[in-house]
Amino acid sequence: MIGGLFIYNHKGEVLISRVYRDDIGRNAVDAFRVNVIHARQQVRSPVTNIARTNFFHVKRSNIWLAAVTKQNVNAAMVFEFLYKMCDVMASYFGKISEENIKNNFVLIYELLDEILDFGYPQNSETGSLKTFITQQGIKGQTKEEQSQITSQVTGQIGWRREGIKYRRNELFLDVLESVNLLMSPQGQVLSAHVSGRVVMKSYLSGMPECKFGMNDKIIIDKAGKGGVTNEAGKSTSGKQSIAIDDCTFNQCVRLSKFDSERSISFIPPDGEYELMRYRTTKDIILPFRVIPLVREVGRTKLEVKVVIKSNFKPSLLAQKIEVRIPTPLNTSGVQVICMKGKAKYKASENAIVWKIKRMAGMKESQISAEIELLPTNDKKKWARPPISMNFEVPFAPSGLKVRYLKVFESKLNYSDHDVIKWVRYIGRSGIYETRC
Amino acid sequence: MTDSKYFTTTKKGEIFELKAELNSDKKEKKKEAVKKVIASMTVGKDVSALFPDVVNCMQTDNLELKKLVYLYLMNYAKSQPDMAIMAVNTFVKDCEDPNPLIRALAVRTMGCIRVDKITEYLCEPLRKCLKDEDPYVRKTAAVCVAKLHDINAQLVEDQGFLDTLKDLISDSNPMVVANAVAALSEIAESHPNSNLLDLNPQSINKLLTALNECTEWGQIFILDCLANYTPRDDRESQSICERVTPRLSHANSAVVLSAVKVLMKFMEMLPKDLDYYGTLLKKLAPPLVTLLSAEPELQYVALRNINLIVQKRPEILKHEMKVFFVKYNDPIYVKLEKLDIMIRLASQANIAQVLAELKEYATEVDVDFVRKAVRAIGRCAIKVEQSAERCVSTLLDLIQTKVNYVVQEAIVVIKDIFRKYPNKYESVIATLCENLDSLDEPEARAAMIWIVGEYAERIDNADELLESFLEGFHDESTQVQLQLLTAIVKLFLKKPTETQELVQQVLSLATQDSDNPDLRDRGYIYWRLLSTDPVAAKEVVLAEKPLISEETDLIEPTLLEELICHIGTLASVYHKPPSAFVEGSRGVMHKRLPARTGSGEGTECPDVGNAAGGSAPEAAPSIIPSQGDLLGDLLNLDLAPPTTTGPTPSTSGMQMGGMDLLGGGLESLLFNMVSHPKMGAGFGAAPAVMPASLNAPVGGGLGDLFDLGGGVGMPMGAYIPPKTVWLPAMKAKGLEISGTFARRAGVIQMELVLTNKAMSVMTDFAIQFNRNSFGLAPAGPLQVLTPLGPNQTIEVSLPLSTVGPVMKMDPLNNLQVAVKNNIDVFYFSCQYPISMLFVEDGKMERQVFLATWKDIPNDNESQFQIQDCHLNSEAASNKLQGSNIFTIAKRTVEGQDMLYMSIKLSNGIWVLAELKVQAGNPNYTISLKCRAPEVSQCVFQCYEAVLKN
Repeated sequence: MIGGLFIYNHKGEVLISRVYRDDIGRNAVDAFRVNVIHARQQVRSPVTNIARTNFFHVKRSNIWLAAVTKQNVNAAMVFEFLYKMCDVMASYFGKISEENIKNNFVLIYELLDEILDFGYPQNSETGSLKTFITQQGIKGQTKEEQSQITSQVTGQIGWRREGIKYRRNELFLDVLESVNLLMSPQGQVLSAHVSGRVVMKSYLSGMPECKFGMNDKIIIDKAGKGGVTNEAGKSTSGKQSIAIDDCTFNQCVRLSKFDSERSISFIPPDGEYELMRYRTTKDIILPFRVIPLVREVGRTKLEVKVVIKSNFKPSLLAQKIEVRIPTPLNTSGVQVICMKGKAKYKASENAIVWKIKRMAGMKESQISAEIELLPTNDKKKWARPPISMNFEVPFAPSGLKVRYLKVFESKLNYSDHDVIKWVRYIGRSGIYETRC
Repeated sequence: MTDSKYFTTTKKGEIFELKAELNSDKKEKKKEAVKKVIASMTVGKDVSALFPDVVNCMQTDNLELKKLVYLYLMNYAKSQPDMAIMAVNTFVKDCEDPNPLIRALAVRTMGCIRVDKITEYLCEPLRKCLKDEDPYVRKTAAVCVAKLHDINAQLVEDQGFLDTLKDLISDSNPMVVANAVAALSEIAESHPNSNLLDLNPQSINKLLTALNECTEWGQIFILDCLANYTPRDDRESQSICERVTPRLSHANSAVVLSAVKVLMKFMEMLPKDLDYYGTLLKKLAPPLVTLLSAEPELQYVALRNINLIVQKRPEILKHEMKVFFVKYNDPIYVKLEKLDIMIRLASQANIAQVLAELKEYATEVDVDFVRKAVRAIGRCAIKVEQSAERCVSTLLDLIQTKVNYVVQEAIVVIKDIFRKYPNKYESVIATLCENLDSLDEPEARAAMIWIVGEYAERIDNADELLESFLEGFHDESTQVQLQLLTAIVKLFLKKPTETQELVQQVLSLATQDSDNPDLRDRGYIYWRLLSTDPVAAKEVVLAEKPLISEETDLIEPTLLEELICHIGTLASVYHKPPSAFVEGSRGVMHKRLPARTGSGEGTECPDVGNAAGGSAPEAAPSIIPSQGDLLGDLLNLDLAPPTTTGPTPSTSGMQMGGMDLLGGGLESLLFNMVSHPKMGAGFGAAPAVMPASLNAPVGGGLGDLFDLGGGVGMPMGAYIPPKTVWLPAMKAKGLEISGTFARRAGVIQMELVLTNKAMSVMTDFAIQFNRNSFGLAPAGPLQVLTPLGPNQTIEVSLPLSTVGPVMKMDPLNNLQVAVKNNIDVFYFSCQYPISMLFVEDGKMERQVFLATWKDIPNDNESQFQIQDCHLNSEAASNKLQGSNIFTIAKRTVEGQDMLYMSIKLSNGIWVLAELKVQAGNPNYTISLKCRAPEVSQCVFQCYEAVLKN
């Protein structure tokens, strides 16, 4: 199991050091600093073995978190734990920075004591942690409160406490998708997928039981077969449904029920959390198409023309559009002409950045640039990194639709109809690249 | 005010100041001081001098302060054991506190105070806490048992904590169960032979129930523990799989990977024709792909594991090639891993896409990545024959870029392509020669020289090219020198007239001016060869080379199996068994995949090199890995890659011939050369005769060159089972027949004892066999010449032939016999040991063995256990040899001897066997592979009979 956990600043100074196991000595702290943080070359692996001690590290801005062990631990678990650790710290004191860590070091030690015991991760849900790790002491608690805390921390529903009350029962559902594309210069899709997340903010009283439904092909096909033999109904539902390649759920979702009935039922945590993640690869709506044209004019000049086409309903507006066209390292000057938005050559980033605030569906825009090159005797050709794009669209590129989210709370007197529900779809670019 | 100020105190005399503050009356000031102490501790200052003062602060009702003091205690108690006793009272008191959080805190902390003296004081409080009414205290106490065990294992056993811990597995609270499982698993690891976890269907059921209810971390503990269980049969295996599959949808990647581990392991036991087996395979792919959208570090862990899974079961991800395409922004460690998996998944169906991608990658920035991409193109050419032409043209395009390292890498892989498809792409040689000057890496230079030597007859100026290399001979690395030597000798043999001078030059350079023994030896060998018998030299040096196989860096099957059992862990990330990087006994137990239980079907566990070969490799006469690095590394050679294959070992007679020149004194030296693995490899011969699977550590190398079978001891003679009564007198009117079978000097004998228990004389004996599986038939009449009087016994031996009519019997080795005498005809049936049929020339060539092993489908493999056999591997091998079971090779992997054996049956069926013998373990494992899997069972029986007698 995890033998120790260290947090370093960018210089390699230790900010936090907590050792759980006897086999980890003080020199381990230095070994990591010398071999990884101060290493000349770029780190080639997130797992390093130094003198029979294994280090797992992740970096958040310029802070290094390292878990250390001498045993054959579950590596996936160690990384999941480090991410979780970051989440927990972030929810306690915001951004993970040197200052924040120094300011909260007592709190961090207290957290580390609680969420990792002898190197075994324990309950790490911020919801329940915040009930008893407060930095204010827990002196004033009554016996009932204390046992409530412990039963929550260890219980089956560790993520939600009893007795939550809201005057207005409300929930917000965000379908956030990031669409990823790799396209060849000729416009052939090399790979495309959508990775989506359903993020929920729930402000519900009591211990509500929720059921979430979406236009998942498997469920709809099932319903279609079991239900009325209406041919028309079947075909329309077939069109609207989407094939989900895979999905994963927050730990509140009953997985065995999903496995057997494919229904998503759960008791939600309070506040904001990620209900599910999913991935689709079929019938993706690619919001933009990028058509590049690069011409080398002699050894000292490049002509670049890029056309972007929006491919969605004309009534919808895409926002925050940014096209990044890489330029060679020996660029000496750039002249740009664009029809829409603003374009600039950023020498420090070796790219032309073209920004458009808004763009409606089924439109087209174009940029052309002349790039002057310094003559070099460098034999190596320019690698031509792909043209990448950023944008945000108000729909789900996978075609996912929320069909329902039902709330049942039998003990309190509010019903599904009394809950105010908001649904929002946002599609963003993930890695959206076209080779040129 | 913030806490960061505590980090800034660097004044001198600080300790005294802190001491004063710690003893202050004001609570706030005390707390501040303790914080300062902790901050100093964090940055590595020694504040142990403050021990008594800090411990004095322990008696407080301020929980925050208490926690800080505990933190200090955990760090320094070991250095101040006497002082630590001061804290015991507080712990004991805190364990009785009405607040469960404080009780838990106390029990958690005291486990971390690793001072022997105080551990015994802690037993009572721990016992209470293990039975606490509050689950939070119980789950903490469960882990504390593991802590205490780490300090004093004996104490934990004596105090009966292990039993209490076992009881906690049935606790009503899922988190208590999870922690108890984690603690027990850890304790069990340090006692490999104890039956601590005692997994049985009931306890498994409890774990599976808890699995649905506990936290994500608890699920990981439970799944990892489940993976150690071996279900009794395929049905149990399936039902566990069914209950584990929902975990594949968990958001936590570690839960998913641990579930994958359980499924991959238990899947071994499911019959392949089962519908569920197919369903399960399908279910595994999507979650594995999803892992690739996790954070990069986790992607890396996932990819390393996918690499293993793809080798074990290529069918799972064969359609998912695209997800492994490299993204521009992927960290380099992710890119390299993806590339590796892409090559493993490359097939005829997707090769076009893969090549297009690889070509893109070859223009990237990172040198390592580009090199790997270029190399990958070469591997594609070797793996998918249809794509070879396109690969070669892609490589030529890349050579045109003139990027130095791209060109060099391309030349190295083109050499391999030449080896795989001789006489097909030689047209490109001209292009390669143009780049001769830009090559500065030994490997690329060596490859180029090899090409020039190999195709010397087609390159007009080959002599000039090689001569140009010769100029700086002494500055070259050994690899290049060796290659140059061989290439020039080749050239000489091809164009003897023009190059005599050149060859003399190189021979003198190698033998006289070099102080590298390997180079010198190779030089002498060539010299002698050429001067004694140029024709033989030609045969040796220009011998046809064995083809290279496509899969070069496959993980060795036994290791792969072990790593599959470690999915998700560090071992799977390093691709090394835990014993390679974990100190002490912990986690060093070797894990194995379970064997399939369905009786009729063979297991498909260990297979040599075949794991990832979706397309079974052709049974080429001999196949060696294309890149010698694997073998080379193991033999500790930095010499020529084995692709320089020169003489084959059959030439030893010729080498003896060369001895005359050297006189008797060198006789032993030369003999050493032949038998010493390291030197042998210098000839480039060793790897060629060593099957790819037998990448044995150095020790094994010797046996490879040596004729193992002939070298060890005297054969002990075939095993002959004791005589048994085949026909009782009651059933045969007074004639009793008992007998056995033996193989003597290559002749199968049926040895009969006939006893007359009747009152009258018996005469006119004759014998006949029914048709049987191997066509056994009497080779002559039954020789009973004199009449058999009452109470008389006669022993006859009947030679048998194997040319009689054949009919498959059940069991296979059943023989139905009819014996006639003057009284009547009697029928009986007996079973002969199949070892009677093992012929004397059943020793297979190594290369053939390897090729055949690969060629036989895994389904034909079956595995057996031989129990209670106390022979060491050598004795076993000797014994088996007596029964014509020939050991072809032997190697040792971590104390486990692996013997590879071959058997030939009288009807020409070959049986290949792999026998694993572990020192000190009386149970042997044997895997049999045969094109006619029906015989496996009989062969196994023979093994057992031979080894135990």
